[in-house]
Amino acid sequence: MVRVGAGQGFYGDTIYGALNMAKYGNVQYICFDCLAELTMAILQKDRQKDPSKGYTKDITVTAKNLLPYVKKKGIKLITNAGGINPEGARNEVVRMAKEMGITGIRVGIATGDNIYPILDELQEKGISLADYETGEPFTKSKEEILFASAYLGAWPIVECLKQGADIVITGRTTDTAQFLAPMIYELGWAEDDWDKLALGVLLGHLMECSGQATGGNFSGDWWNIPNMENIGYPIAEVYADGTAIITKPDNTGGRVSIDTLKEQFLYEIHDPSHYVTPDVIADFSAARFEEVGPDRVQISGVKGKPKPPTLKAIMGYPNGYMGAGMIGYSWPDALKKARKVDEIIRKQIELYELKVNDIHTEYIGYNSIHGPLAHPVDEEQLNEVYVRIAVHTDTKEEAVQFGRLFPPLALNGPPFVGGLANMYTVRQLLGLWSVLIPRAEVESRVQINVEEV
Amino acid sequence: MAKVQLRYVAQARSGDKGNTCDLGLFAKTKEMYEVFKREVTPEKVKAHFAPLVKGEVSRYEVPNVYALKFVLEDALGGGAPSSLRTDNLGKSFGSNLLRMEIEVPDELLTEEHCIQVPPR
Repeated sequence: MVRVGAGQGFYGDTIYGALNMAKYGNVQYICFDCLAELTMAILQKDRQKDPSKGYTKDITVTAKNLLPYVKKKGIKLITNAGGINPEGARNEVVRMAKEMGITGIRVGIATGDNIYPILDELQEKGISLADYETGEPFTKSKEEILFASAYLGAWPIVECLKQGADIVITGRTTDTAQFLAPMIYELGWAEDDWDKLALGVLLGHLMECSGQATGGNFSGDWWNIPNMENIGYPIAEVYADGTAIITKPDNTGGRVSIDTLKEQFLYEIHDPSHYVTPDVIADFSAARFEEVGPDRVQISGVKGKPKPPTLKAIMGYPNGYMGAGMIGYSWPDALKKARKVDEIIRKQIELYELKVNDIHTEYIGYNSIHGPLAHPVDEEQLNEVYVRIAVHTDTKEEAVQFGRLFPPLALNGPPFVGGLANMYTVRQLLGLWSVLIPRAEVESRVQINVEEV
Repeated sequence: MAKVQLRYVAQARSGDKGNTCDLGLFAKTKEMYEVFKREVTPEKVKAHFAPLVKGEVSRYEVPNVYALKFVLEDALGGGAPSSLRTDNLGKSFGSNLLRMEIEVPDELLTEEHCIQVPPR
């Protein structure tokens, strides 16, 4: 039997979920999913500023808090915190271990997901880099691409574990790979145990977003979730006979039930009967959920089909800049005043001949989240509203210039300003390009390195 | 038949994959699931989300958890790192769908088939 716990669901998640897991989870592994598509873009920006960065910075906090548990309790950590610089993440963990006087642990990295260096080679071989979602042909030059990462599966992590790693750090692996790898390693699953691998993928999928499986972001009776301030992250308990239970650590809040798990079950997987991962194509259409105890749900009925011949890769390219500004108005006629600001700003864009490709207006407190679908409310009753206007520009300078339109509104615009914010927000926008690469092209370049601290 | 907003009969969760938004809609019972299958069609969901969603809307039936799964293409203003929107990750699309009204047989409007709402 192996108990695998979730420690992180995204870059920026709390450390207390992982700490509770280490203290109360009774797990052999804590796995961290740190990467989203947006995260890769953020990490690339970090690396542009400083080549030693490009991994998720919270790995420092993770190492500081959990290395003692690796040493004392023998808990192994698996994380894709490496982002676009797994070596950098490894160096940071090693640095922390040395600083804390912890020795005798092994840190492994798996690399090879970065396909940027081989883009030309792939094209010379006639491999299409057309966007597989839109079919659009790839016409960008390599210089325009900021990062290009293929999604690796669980096997490079398994290899690190075989070589004795206590901590495994990867770059772009699939969200579920971190969780699947220890199941493969501990229970001896084979590369063509499709049903077992698919079960592991579902368990990993249920765990990868941390608290989203245990009562967080739950749209049922969320107000009844116990101790939401201290939600326990999910644990998969998997037995050699294929029995699998999702539970959570003792002494933690949250809830594990069919109701909380089913929302995460369908999250971001597209077709539930055909969930494509590098290790297996999973079919969840006959998956069964059964409550077998308090905060214990048994999962069964998952089927797997042979792994796909290609790996998905994502490339990011610069797509101009976003400039934005925000200003608040108070009752009476808050919304009318905010709408006047929208009119003023749009006229000033013309007046000052600012070049913007797109403009987007939202009224925070009125319709900023549901946009045009939000139901109108009694405008007279609005105590306050913030107008947020964002533009897409080609250059950073134009985005900065747009933000400068906002401060003068305090003196030159409608009355009763309540707050000016974000007017100097300038963000580089990134476009994403998804491609499918024959897996051998990537997998033949995967490298494993395990070193002892 | 009664016109009922989905918020009283459904759970939902949504999120991003590139410029696509994935949305799960969950009924409490098999009977209500059958109503969803009839009432919450991809065409209606596409119409509901106009003008936010520009691309196709497809639907998968997931009877083992009484759920419908919707995939909304070209939905997020270019995708999270390109979007000018506050909800650039599409996480509120689930609640946005809960605004939709559907026809529900009167006999299903009981606690057994409906979603609890927070106490006032």
